[in-house]
Amino acid sequence: MNAPAYNFAYLDEQTKRMIRRAILKAIAIPGYQVPFASREMPMPYGWGTGGVQVTAAILGPQDVLKVIDQGSDDTTNAISIRKFFAKTAGVATTTATAEATVIQTRHRIPERALNENQVLVYQVPIPEPLRFLEPRETETRRMHALAEYGLMHVKLYEDIARFGHIATAYAYPVRVNARYVMDPSPTPKFDNPKMDNCPALQLFGAGREKRIYAIPPYTQVVSLDFEDHPFEPYRFNAPCALCGAENSYLDEIVTDDKGGRMFVCSDTDYCEGRQAAGHYGSLSAAPYREKAGSHG
Amino acid sequence: MYVAVKGGERAIENAHRLLAHKRRGDQSVAEISLDQISEQLGLAVDRVMSEGSLYDRELAALAIKQARGDLIEAIFLVRAFRATLPRFGASEPVDTGAMRVQRRVSSTFKDIPGGQILGPTFDYTHRLLDPSLAEGFVPDAPATAEASTAPTPRVTDILGRDGLIESSPQAEDGASVGDLTREPLNFPADRDLRLQNLARGDEGFLLAMGYSTQRGYGRNHPFAGEIRFGEVEVEFFAEDAGFAVPLGSIELTECQMVNQFKGSATEAPCFTRGYGLAFGQSERKTMSMALVDRALRARELGEEALAPAQDEEFVMSHSDNVQATGFVEHLKLPHYVDFQSELGLLRKLRQEFADANASDAMKEAAE
Amino acid sequence: MTTIAELPPGFADKVLSAQSTFRSVMDAMARPGSVQRIVPMAGAPDTMMRGTAAIALTLFDHDTPLWLDARMAESADVTKWLKFHTGAPVVQDSSVASFALVGDGGALPSFESFALGTGEYPDRSTTVIVQIDSFTSGRGFELRGPGIDGVATLKASIKPFDLFERLQINEALFPRGIDVVLVADDAVVAIPRTTRVVSKGS
Repeated sequence: MNAPAYNFAYLDEQTKRMIRRAILKAIAIPGYQVPFASREMPMPYGWGTGGVQVTAAILGPQDVLKVIDQGSDDTTNAISIRKFFAKTAGVATTTATAEATVIQTRHRIPERALNENQVLVYQVPIPEPLRFLEPRETETRRMHALAEYGLMHVKLYEDIARFGHIATAYAYPVRVNARYVMDPSPTPKFDNPKMDNCPALQLFGAGREKRIYAIPPYTQVVSLDFEDHPFEPYRFNAPCALCGAENSYLDEIVTDDKGGRMFVCSDTDYCEGRQAAGHYGSLSAAPYREKAGSHG
Repeated sequence: MYVAVKGGERAIENAHRLLAHKRRGDQSVAEISLDQISEQLGLAVDRVMSEGSLYDRELAALAIKQARGDLIEAIFLVRAFRATLPRFGASEPVDTGAMRVQRRVSSTFKDIPGGQILGPTFDYTHRLLDPSLAEGFVPDAPATAEASTAPTPRVTDILGRDGLIESSPQAEDGASVGDLTREPLNFPADRDLRLQNLARGDEGFLLAMGYSTQRGYGRNHPFAGEIRFGEVEVEFFAEDAGFAVPLGSIELTECQMVNQFKGSATEAPCFTRGYGLAFGQSERKTMSMALVDRALRARELGEEALAPAQDEEFVMSHSDNVQATGFVEHLKLPHYVDFQSELGLLRKLRQEFADANASDAMKEAAE
Repeated sequence: MTTIAELPPGFADKVLSAQSTFRSVMDAMARPGSVQRIVPMAGAPDTMMRGTAAIALTLFDHDTPLWLDARMAESADVTKWLKFHTGAPVVQDSSVASFALVGDGGALPSFESFALGTGEYPDRSTTVIVQIDSFTSGRGFELRGPGIDGVATLKASIKPFDLFERLQINEALFPRGIDVVLVADDAVVAIPRTTRVVSKGS
């Protein structure tokens, strides 16, 4: 039987070269989706194969890798991907945003500001921001070529006419470097402002759709809006119940079937860091109370 | 009290242990061997090889066993392995005209040179469950006869000799063969890439698409010119040696559909072609593929493309069951961050709606 | 004539050296004007600098048509080394090249003769790798654009002298355009098509 033997970071060198070339062009043309010959990965399409291929192409032995899904290091798919690289590349992994050199993410940007020595790799399901307005690739490609984005504005405006607001809460389209309209992946629009003028390099991988795109560091990223309906990031009414943070993205946890609920940070590393530094919310988790010497 | 969900790693490990246990099933029942799968579930192996695009019966059988008989999961396993294999080049085109046929039927002629050969087929069996197969069944030895040495020319070649069917387009010598697993696909795609996409495509999807053309969504008047199944030689041109080296033989099913004719003031009318090819024995797959191939040639043949099966972007973007499964099933992954964003927006809109109604009601009351 | 056995070697560790070189090039492309060092060393045939050789081993293969300027092409060792270590097909027509290697910047042909990409596929453009003298002496340049926090200053001794004037075509062409990688020994600087350059004089 042809027993498999796998390369460092799983991908063969020819594949890495192909992906690396695509990454360089993606950086040179901010927001433009570079087609690449996405490989069949040992995890399903739609589960991060694009992000995994980008990470595999850039990762080296000196890197420290963090993987998050929904902001958390402990969600099952994040664990699965982190283990994949720990096993195939032997790299150090971390849950601490500050320690990571490469962060692969699904659906969130960490709360802690990123720095110049970091690369943020997004997993992208549908890279084409115009796809739900125009299903044909031949058409959307032409629209990008001509920077013909009227259709997107019409859609957003229809929302306003119908609901009084732009009814897009996540995967909120942005314009990169005043040229390409880009899908930021299904991150909540809360995270959009973090993409603008970010010191870290941002890379996006869509495996099933076979596209790679990028935002270089310090690049203008503007969320689409209208003068009379400016972009408003989503805000929460209450602070995190565990760490008291007032400016982080919160998960709603349903605590019983009688309407009980609480709101806690989706970025688990950020929340734990704040708690360890002595910040408390109204319902701080037990381990941290014990640490603080009180009895819950 | 809510405590952040931890222990995902343990949960994953335990889930996989349980899966391994379930896969084995009742351990008092004998374990199934790869040989048994390959020999007795041969058509499943054929399908996994075809849609996995890797001709290796043993690995396909292993994949089926590992996937607990879930063929799409098995195809996925084979594909992921295949993706890591080095490429040396492309084989010489196989000559299906020189196939050692085990089965060969044509619906367009009563008899053909070399004869109609039924071979192993479910056709004309009565679909009655057979209790004798439940255990200990020993089949009768197959009927034998002197192997025929008569050539079995392809029906489309016979038609082609009289110019009744369009000639099969020949690639230029030395032209490279497209490979959508190595290069990103662009639209419009050439026929080599379309056929590769269809050959890897899901049998059920192609069946439904092919069927739709028969029901009028892009009708193309098909006749099953010929379906043949058997062994062909595979050769590889070795540049160092300067000649083609035989690599071995593989089993293939080929279907050539003969479809409605084309013609113009300057061109004599002739039938058109639809082509299907698969590893092993798979008539449903190759016939469906041939129907869809023909439908996708609409643009090239100057037909109006209105039906789903004629829509290249639609068909090619949705035919792959590994891609489709991944994306459909990814809905199982947590989406609570997006959902929260959506929930927040919806609550805000509902609040505004309620406020607006309340103020309307107050206005009315005041009037 | 050099035999294959006498050719300068490739990377000692193909996998990790390519990764490290790529990260330097990626950082260079992501931060235009910043000087990145290429650490892993490979043998390099005469007219090729160490950095150029490492980039070639990292990014070139059968799928990347390669154009060589006269200085590079005249060396049998360079062509043989590239063929043996990368397999990249050398093409005469620069307009279909994925990469161009320029040993003599003074004779750099017009950028219009390279692939500039199309409106639909602006990525299908030539990456032009130009060997230059130094990033420590020469004129100063002010760079702005994506990847740069405000203004970056680049010091470089470059031929052709009017390289950045010529690169102004990128402004009108965008999103089509030319991406340039400058190499001086083991140092590399990238000027992607989004970078706008103002000369600061000497």
